[in-house]
Amino acid sequence: MSKPIVATTSLAGCFGCHMSLLDIDERILELIELVDFNKSPINDIKEFTEMCDIGLIEGGCCNSENIHVLKDFRKNCKILVSVGECAIMGGLPAMRNNIPIKECLDEAYLNGPGTKEGNPEGILPNNEELPIILDKVYPCHEVVKIDYYLPGCPPRADLIWNALVALVTGDELKLPYEVVKFD
Amino acid sequence: MKQKITIEPVTRVEGHGKVTIHIDEEGNIAQSRLHIVEFRGFERFVQGRPYWEAPVLVQRLCGICPVSHHLAAAKALDVIVGAGTGDGLTPTGEKMRRLMHYGQIFQSHALHFFHLVSPDLLFGVDGDPAIRNIIGVAKKFPDLAVQGVMMRKFGQEIIKATAGKKIHGTGAIPGGINKHLTQAEKDSFLNGPDPLNVDKMISWSIDAVNFLKKYHKDNTEFIDGFANFPSSHLSLVRKDGALDLYHGVLRAIDKDGKKILHDVDYQDYLSYINEEVRDWSYMKFPFLTEYGKKDGWYRVGPLARMNTIDFIPTPLAQKEFEEFRAYTHGKPNGMSMHMHWARLIELLHSAEMMKELLNDPDLMSGELVIKGEKKSEGVGLIEAPRGTLFHHYGINDNDQLTMANLIVSTTNNNEPMNIAVNMVAKQYMTGQKKITEGMMNAVEVAIRAYDPCLSCATHAIGQMPLEVVIVDSRNNILDRKRR
Repeated sequence: MSKPIVATTSLAGCFGCHMSLLDIDERILELIELVDFNKSPINDIKEFTEMCDIGLIEGGCCNSENIHVLKDFRKNCKILVSVGECAIMGGLPAMRNNIPIKECLDEAYLNGPGTKEGNPEGILPNNEELPIILDKVYPCHEVVKIDYYLPGCPPRADLIWNALVALVTGDELKLPYEVVKFD
Repeated sequence: MKQKITIEPVTRVEGHGKVTIHIDEEGNIAQSRLHIVEFRGFERFVQGRPYWEAPVLVQRLCGICPVSHHLAAAKALDVIVGAGTGDGLTPTGEKMRRLMHYGQIFQSHALHFFHLVSPDLLFGVDGDPAIRNIIGVAKKFPDLAVQGVMMRKFGQEIIKATAGKKIHGTGAIPGGINKHLTQAEKDSFLNGPDPLNVDKMISWSIDAVNFLKKYHKDNTEFIDGFANFPSSHLSLVRKDGALDLYHGVLRAIDKDGKKILHDVDYQDYLSYINEEVRDWSYMKFPFLTEYGKKDGWYRVGPLARMNTIDFIPTPLAQKEFEEFRAYTHGKPNGMSMHMHWARLIELLHSAEMMKELLNDPDLMSGELVIKGEKKSEGVGLIEAPRGTLFHHYGINDNDQLTMANLIVSTTNNNEPMNIAVNMVAKQYMTGQKKITEGMMNAVEVAIRAYDPCLSCATHAIGQMPLEVVIVDSRNNILDRKRR
């Protein structure tokens, strides 16, 4: 029987959840016996090449490209998992949600102490190559259906590991107190 | 026929970026750009938060090197709480932070070399993309993969022991640190069963340096010739010119090695550095004000540090540093791929520093925090794995943040990365009828040498799918190729 296929992506996250996945350390060698990887930032597969069993989503949606990638994951993965606070509820980037986006851009590119002299023309990034920034940062389940949620900032490596093994083997997920943290 | 090539997302880097390359009718590279496509707005949304939250909030820019942001923010807040300007902490406070920092440099450099870059070296730039990744390495070279995994683990365990958590810890607080190292932790790091002890980490670091040196010997033309260009270099150095990744004065040299920033106090960084904005990227372009936007750009990171410093204060890394410097006869080294060599010398230095610090009794007892007269503004700099990181905060009478300015390491390397992309695109794609996957990966190899943390840079993180779009002069898409 062929191995289950896993894909991963980081949307508006910090990659900390991917790093926490790598914190399973030597179990990485077990993991690659257990599953195959498709599209993921840790390899060079840039577009889905086949239907995947599990998609791990880090980060919420802060721009049009995040939405596109997330919908693409929904289409190509049988099970989608929101990994970490940003995917689940927008996380720290969602702190901008009650501030007009223009204020955020002005602060970064016009009013900052390093750009007062460096950017006298008052240029703001705005180009066809740049995706459109959304009005707010959205959690993933407000954009597509999400099947499972792993809390934490980031979720502990043991939680990600236990969840993946449970999904792949069909065994019951073990959630001892030590592995479920919300910071 | 005009062509536009898009590499998106750039993979095996940390962050969201894409590359566009425009090729004109004659097959020449008309324009190439590395775009950073995410924007998050940290500078604005931290305003109003209590200042002591900054080290735990702002590190969430980046899960790859959160410790750098954690410590740079804490250093800026040291100034605000009156605990000196980087060297006023208690011995315990400073040494615990240093151990945390060298643990993170160690894990980050190991991650970059083994997990992200070694596939290009082991399978070739144009190797099969299906196996050209850490999983391919683990299957074909399991011993090497295990080394990489265990070295990263050791660094992460050091971070956990000093910061409380492996990712997004809470150890550093304004004016010091919130915990000691325990005897059990110390014993385990110094004398734990193989491979998880510091002596094994030192010996594996030497192996890694030797691996790269052998690869260099066997592939001299590639390593020396790939994206090789002169530039200025900037970093912190210790007051006596030594490599010091935690604290120092700002030094910059030009392409000939002449000092153009003379070991200045970084509290005054705004007198020397400004940032340009270009409309096609969310990442700003810093420059030395005195030399202007066109000529004032510089490189940061391991290569820059090997160029700016006078010596390394640990014996094994110093020996490697001397060999590194001798290769260019003491002149500044502008070869992008030598960044890997420089990074591994720092990996070795970090291992040596961890051992030195672990043997220091100050870690296990002594005052943790110091405070003095409060100030309304503070600047904290640190040499992050990827280069000089600037944090600058202002507060009001209610202890709320009123201003945050962040110049992250990768932002400092914005112009150099764009130059590297342009050089490699010209070298590999000019006049080519067919753009291959290998050519596109070559562009990514150049970017990857800078170990860009695009997550940090957009104050986000990411990856690049590769897409080639062939357009006519009216921008009509004639053909499209994805990998």
